[in-house]
Amino acid sequence: MDDLITVVDWSRWQFALTAMYHWLFVPLTIGLALIVAIMESVYVKNRSVKWLAMTKFWMLLFGINFAIGVATGIILEFEFGTNWSNYSWFVGDIFGAPLAIEGIVAFFMESTFIAVMFFGWKKVSPKFHLAATWLTAAGTALSALWILVANSWMQQPVGMEFDPAQMRNVMDDFWALVFSETARAKFTHTVASAWVVAGVFVIGVSCWFLLKRRNVDMAMSSIKIAGWVGGAGILITLATGDMSAVSVAKHQPMKLAAMEGLYNGKCGQEIVAFGILNPAKTINNDEKPYLFDISVPYGLSFLATHNPHAFVPGISDLINGVRLTENGDTVDAVSYADRIKIGREAHEALRQYDSAMAAGDKSAMAAAAEEIKAKYEYFGYGYLDSPDEAVPPVALTFYAFRVMVMAGGYLLLFFAVALFAVYYRPKWLQNRVVNWIGILSIAVVWVCSQSGWITAEVGRQPWVIQDIMPTKAAISAISSSSVIVTFFMFAAVFTILLVAEISIMLTQINKHSKEDITTISNE
Amino acid sequence: MDPNRTPRSGNLLMRIIRFYRDGFRSMTVGRYLWAMIIIKLFILFFIFKLFFFPDLLQRDYDNDADRARAVRHSMTDYNRNQENTLLTP
Repeated sequence: MDDLITVVDWSRWQFALTAMYHWLFVPLTIGLALIVAIMESVYVKNRSVKWLAMTKFWMLLFGINFAIGVATGIILEFEFGTNWSNYSWFVGDIFGAPLAIEGIVAFFMESTFIAVMFFGWKKVSPKFHLAATWLTAAGTALSALWILVANSWMQQPVGMEFDPAQMRNVMDDFWALVFSETARAKFTHTVASAWVVAGVFVIGVSCWFLLKRRNVDMAMSSIKIAGWVGGAGILITLATGDMSAVSVAKHQPMKLAAMEGLYNGKCGQEIVAFGILNPAKTINNDEKPYLFDISVPYGLSFLATHNPHAFVPGISDLINGVRLTENGDTVDAVSYADRIKIGREAHEALRQYDSAMAAGDKSAMAAAAEEIKAKYEYFGYGYLDSPDEAVPPVALTFYAFRVMVMAGGYLLLFFAVALFAVYYRPKWLQNRVVNWIGILSIAVVWVCSQSGWITAEVGRQPWVIQDIMPTKAAISAISSSSVIVTFFMFAAVFTILLVAEISIMLTQINKHSKEDITTISNE
Repeated sequence: MDPNRTPRSGNLLMRIIRFYRDGFRSMTVGRYLWAMIIIKLFILFFIFKLFFFPDLLQRDYDNDADRARAVRHSMTDYNRNQENTLLTP
């Protein structure tokens, strides 16, 4: 058992490492493509050399990031087949279809139009080139759409029916997957957050130019575009964060409870604006959940349901099956102990199905299949040894959520100040401290972005598919040593790629900060 | 017509080939980036995928029915935690 836990844990670490490194590159690709497209649109409208040079400069940084980041996500698919073979079979075409579409879209749109972006300046008309740039920007967002649809299905499994003969979830409603509440919230939230990442990146690099007093006009114009893109992005991220909260409250209430460190909920539940969790608190004791907290009355009830008086269940409430109405009335819900029992009955029915299949007994197969279908809602709970296994790592989820929210709040202020300064107080941007704040904010936006993913993915543990499949049931029969070896190999390769990216970018930024940027090559 | 643009000649396929050929030839930073992409893809597909990340179900079973049975057994074997017998053919 120790080895299995080690394999599961190392495989999770490996997946987290791969996904987090991949996500260093992706948001910048999505957001910078949009910013470049807007800059080029301005150029095509006014045919100004400055805007052409700006477009080419930011396109160069986009190209560096794209080249370093491309295919880093393919490792995740390798890991599905090797580390998570139960999972990859079990999800069937539900996961495969969006990923296949993503591959086709990414390959055709990005490889075709990126080539026109970089090679086509003297080969195609300005309008055709502009169209290629916009299509590249659209292609990056569309790629993200299909990945996020697949991820959202894991958080809110819809549009499928389990087939015990194939041992797969078979998609029966593609559009239910694409337009699920979670998918809509996740796609808009993630893409808008990518605009924020790119907005801060462009402003940060522009602040470097301003610090060096070179290409000041280009830097100021870049801050204007990045400020609007990032400012729109952060506002949409806030709005869609609200959509996400409502969706999580409905479909993953345990994640919401973990995000808040909430064990016993109530009507008119406050939200913790800042707090320190009590490490001694578990579902099995009456310790206080926080050592210190500053809370906003009714905040969580409003965030989760848009009703300040609504009941929000805590971790212990959910485990005990307690759900209350706004009036405090208990409503019928299935406790986690009962869910485990029902899940195990579903497993037993699956065994009977397997025996009947081997014996060729079709009526017994049909009866077992009916029972599995009736109890499938809690199928995954049958793998849990006790209800407390269904509780995600509360501390990591709680603190990651707060880091994301606090960094997001800072970024809202950052864009507001950047836009105000660039339009009404340009002298502020000549201040070295302000320039350095702009540069250092690049780190803040990536911390914010990564914290969001930690909240989303750690908060849904132990589930790899919500309520249907826990992480430990998804794993393959592989040795922990092989996972450990590849973990460190990935860590080494990704670190080299990251160092290469930062090094090449800094070289190019430094080079162009020392010369008139309008001399940039056509590459 | 834009004087900076290269005039069109030849059929579509030749123009596409020339487009990419000229583009690759005119690269400066791009040469390093392409070298990195090729090295990266080599490491991913010819080292990681080939030696470290086999698709276990594809490798160990001949057909989908056997793969489904293997996953069914793996996911309903309550001794899996003790013996770690998942997907052993």
